Amino acid sequence: MDQEAGDMIWSPQAGAGAESSGPADELSLIAALRSGDERAFETLIDRYHGSLLRLAMLYVPSHAVAEEVVQETWLGVLQGLGRFEGRSSLKTWLFRILTNRARTRGQREGRSIPFSAVWNPDTDPGEPAVEPERFRPREDKWHGGWKSYPHNWDELPEERLLSAETRAQIQQAIDALPDSQREVITLRDIEGWASEDVCNVLGISESNQRVLLHRARSKVRRALERYLDNV
Amino acid sequence: MTDDTTLTCQDLVELVTDYLEGSLSAQEQARFEKHLDTCTGCRNYLGQIRLTIGALGRLTEETIPAQARDDLLSVFRDWKKAGPHA
Repeated sequence: MDQEAGDMIWSPQAGAGAESSGPADELSLIAALRSGDERAFETLIDRYHGSLLRLAMLYVPSHAVAEEVVQETWLGVLQGLGRFEGRSSLKTWLFRILTNRARTRGQREGRSIPFSAVWNPDTDPGEPAVEPERFRPREDKWHGGWKSYPHNWDELPEERLLSAETRAQIQQAIDALPDSQREVITLRDIEGWASEDVCNVLGISESNQRVLLHRARSKVRRALERYLDNV
Repeated sequence: MTDDTTLTCQDLVELVTDYLEGSLSAQEQARFEKHLDTCTGCRNYLGQIRLTIGALGRLTEETIPAQARDDLLSVFRDWKKAGPHA
């Protein structure tokens, strides 16, 4: 895989949490930044820092390096403010600075393309979404049916699903995923990117993306089930 | 698999992502939904996957660790001191 895939500039579609970042709001933030308003800077880092960090992790080998790249990106943003003309959205501009820096840094550190780009479904042993023991065996009249039903999570109190412990469980499950799966689920489900944008930035096909997403979501659900059903 | 083969629960869980992504053929989708109509276990499973996706989408609401915030604010203050920037 060459640089090509990563060079495609995608336009991140408004994903989760992007509602308040309309063009008018962005222009006033930029004007405030230029005049040295620290609160405008805080608004921006609150809004984008986590996303930038997750994106940087696609290209560099460690969290520490990703943190450095993100910090360099913010400095690059401040220094480039005078040149920003608002032709692209602030978010696109920000992500472009980040990917350029992360890729350069990744090359130096011996890693410059996402793991998913080199993932090969043909050499990857398949893995079931749900443990086979959960289903009735072949000799059973109802083989392939649930032995006992998964629970209805709609009946859980909502704060259960939103609790800090639940979030920590989800984060742990994501951290434990193979790199290629973690990349896809991060961009699709955490960042809320459209599948086309994810395929472009990772340089993978739609069908490979679906397989990786399927495995990743299945595992996160399993981890959540273990946690929610056993407490 | 031919279209008169019934879909087992074990088959269905492997099709959930294709279903949610809208990438099943019309025939496969009909078979998937027909199974769901009569299977509480699979309806619950699909619901769990949907709630999992929803919970993942809320992970972005995290706050920046204090140390990272302080570091960035000092980057900002240094930049400001070096001004002007208009």
